[in-house]
Amino acid sequence: MELLERFATGDLEAFEVLFRQHQREVYAWIVRIVRDTGIAEDLTVETFWRIYKHRARFKPDGNFRSWARRIGTNAALDHLRHTRQEIPLPENLPSTPTSDGAVSRETRDSINKAFHELPAKYRLVAMLALVEEENYGDIAQAAGIPESLVKVRVFRAVRMLRKKLSFLHAEVNTK
Amino acid sequence: MSNEEINNEMKELLKQAVSPVRDAELRRDLWPQMLRKLDEQPLPAATVPWFDWVLASLAGAALLFFPGIIPALFYHL
Repeated sequence: MELLERFATGDLEAFEVLFRQHQREVYAWIVRIVRDTGIAEDLTVETFWRIYKHRARFKPDGNFRSWARRIGTNAALDHLRHTRQEIPLPENLPSTPTSDGAVSRETRDSINKAFHELPAKYRLVAMLALVEEENYGDIAQAAGIPESLVKVRVFRAVRMLRKKLSFLHAEVNTK
Repeated sequence: MSNEEINNEMKELLKQAVSPVRDAELRRDLWPQMLRKLDEQPLPAATVPWFDWVLASLAGAALLFFPGIIPALFYHL
């Protein structure tokens, strides 16, 4: 019997093989969304737990990779909905357009704050499309929504961010 | 300003605050953690969802109170 068929029937050994084959990829996708390695590890395990729980729904002739990524995206989205964590500012940030360090930090904090105030579903697509520069097709497939809806959500996220950052926009433009 | 220009402008602004993840490599095997989770949270036994019971009850009640629909039902089977 094929690996995926064995998995669908609840074979734990087949599940372990699939887990080891796909854990890195699922983790790499989730960490781009939640941006915390510890949380991404927990969500990767949660993703595979959901995969195993719903194994009967998986069609053995289907694409396990896409299915896993979609479940991982849902797990990450659930996490974004239930938490309002702050993204730690990375040390290797690209330089900001201003030379004044205090203003730059303030500017970054404002952008971070505005970004974290976005509803989870907009934050998800904005993070993947604008920050990680994933293509819209991949985001659509992972989120289980049409590509056109991804574009709409990115557009709305940008509009919301512009509104929240209007004061900042004026400040940056005057520099 | 076109949508694309607005997107690019916001992309640049965002990247100053939230830089892309450069290292998304998993550092350890998560299988032991997976096994622990399977032990701690055993999968629920297969149960019939509540809405299936509601549907079955409604169908049963319909057959009981309107037995005339039984031949029609057989006809369509």
